[in-house]
Amino acid sequence: MSAQPHLPQRSRVARLVDELPPSGIRRFFDLVQATEGVISLGVGEPDFPTPWRFSTAAIDGLEAGRTTYTSNLGLLSLRRAIARHLDWLHGVRYHPDTEILVTVGVSEGLDLAFRAILEPGDEVIVPEPCFVAYTAAVRLAYGMPVTVDTHIETGFVPDPAAIERAVTPRTRAILLGSPSNPTGACIPCAVLQQIADIAARHDLIVVSDEIYDRLRYDDSGHTSFGTLRGAWERTILLNGFSKAYAMTGWRIGYACAPPDLLAAMNKIHQYTMMCAPIMAQEAALEALRHGEGAVADMVREYNQRRRFMVARLNQIGLACHEPLGAFYVFPSVRATGLDCETFCERLLREQKVAVVPGTAFGACGEGHLRATYAAGMDELREATARIERFLSSLR
Amino acid sequence: MTDPQRIELLEIIQRDPRAPAEELAARVGSEAAEVAAEIAHLEREGIIRTYRAVIDWDRVGDQHIYAFVDVTVKPEPDFGFDAIARRVALFREVHALYLISGGRDLLVVVEGRDFRDVALFVAEKLAPLKGVESTATSFVLRRYKEEGELLMGATDDPRLPVTP
Ligand SMILES: Cc1ncc(COP(=O)(O)O)c(C=O)c1O
Repeated sequence: MSAQPHLPQRSRVARLVDELPPSGIRRFFDLVQATEGVISLGVGEPDFPTPWRFSTAAIDGLEAGRTTYTSNLGLLSLRRAIARHLDWLHGVRYHPDTEILVTVGVSEGLDLAFRAILEPGDEVIVPEPCFVAYTAAVRLAYGMPVTVDTHIETGFVPDPAAIERAVTPRTRAILLGSPSNPTGACIPCAVLQQIADIAARHDLIVVSDEIYDRLRYDDSGHTSFGTLRGAWERTILLNGFSKAYAMTGWRIGYACAPPDLLAAMNKIHQYTMMCAPIMAQEAALEALRHGEGAVADMVREYNQRRRFMVARLNQIGLACHEPLGAFYVFPSVRATGLDCETFCERLLREQKVAVVPGTAFGACGEGHLRATYAAGMDELREATARIERFLSSLR
Repeated sequence: MTDPQRIELLEIIQRDPRAPAEELAARVGSEAAEVAAEIAHLEREGIIRTYRAVIDWDRVGDQHIYAFVDVTVKPEPDFGFDAIARRVALFREVHALYLISGGRDLLVVVEGRDFRDVALFVAEKLAPLKGVESTATSFVLRRYKEEGELLMGATDDPRLPVTP
């Protein structure tokens, strides 16, 4: 063996990636995996299987040999169905030829959006607690996330004044997730309009992750950001099939934006992804054509569990605001005197219930935990009984 | 209690008859006392008829044989199918009974200990009934889904235990 020439030390991993904070969920995942007999409320995906009818559409396609690339933008039939769906559901209009891009989940949509709009060092305002990929997606596009805290006292709805205070000359965009993972908070229409006005005043783009738009449990209904006054021109709408249609593993979603922004995103997508998998696109098309009954059934079921969880957690002493969307509760554990990581670790060790510490979703998630009610009633019943036992063991 | 709440309550009870009133109340967004009163009312009215379990008898090894018996009958003047349906329904061997469209008139679900038991019931009790013109018996060989519940294979949760 010859001696290596003496070269200056350089990490094999790019500094940007090396310095990217690891997902707070990862460490907890390892702990849970190492424990037997766990009831997990730590999952961020539906417990329902994909409605069979959607799956058979993909199977039919496979049987007919439709296993090719599609157009970069995605199947025209699917884009047309998305356009009709958004118009019908939210009254927001996007043209299937130039304003809709089928993506590999909202995950890819987030990545494309920030790579398409950020110069290195540009800032993106991100209300926290938020989905774990938000700040990472900004950083990976050489941007700087600027987080704005939200609190249980205000139902985790971001304060527009705080958002405006965070605006600097480097601010390029605001990233919103409503309904929210992990808090279940839904930003009311009036507040969204205030945020839209701020975006207009400072010429910002709004990336609106509306993946939980169907999972709403109040009567006020979902407002799609592009329908707000003066917002359409500056909105990148992200949505997908993972949650409402129970299709997480299919990896299918879509982005909608004015033609210049969409073309920029598609430019990246055509080189990095080429297109979303055709079988997932066919299943998604079936979901849009014939999925309403299945969605309604699931929403009803989630809503029953949501009411149960909120009532039960408050009853056993974990103060819980009422989440109006998604499928998470985000109760406070402050009354126990434990920080949320300790609480979650001890709950896992002592009662074998897995939930996710609030800090996995941003520092201001301290004092909270995220529990999903995308789980059967038997599990929710047993998990809450165990949490109750854990709480009484602390007294 | 609103009509949609009542329907939701019934749907939950149908699938989950053991849920306590307090939990039912939370799930439909009502009060425990109101739910208890509503259930008592629904029971009195005969809307909730009974509470029962879905059992996969095949796995117990106990003999429970089911057969679907298609029956054509001659409707009686004045009573139509109801009179004969009543005579059929009263047999304890009859598990379920429906008036159906298509080529046959009644669908009788017969329950018995074994094939012979069921065949003899059809031959000796059902077929000779006045008004019965023909019967065709199809035995259930395997049950895949019942009362909306899949009876095939264990359904382990395929999800990872913690995901974003
Ligand atoms: C708020 C939010 N956005 C995006 C995603 C990613 O979704 P997809 O499966 O479409 O990539 C998730 C998944 O957990 C989410 O909760």
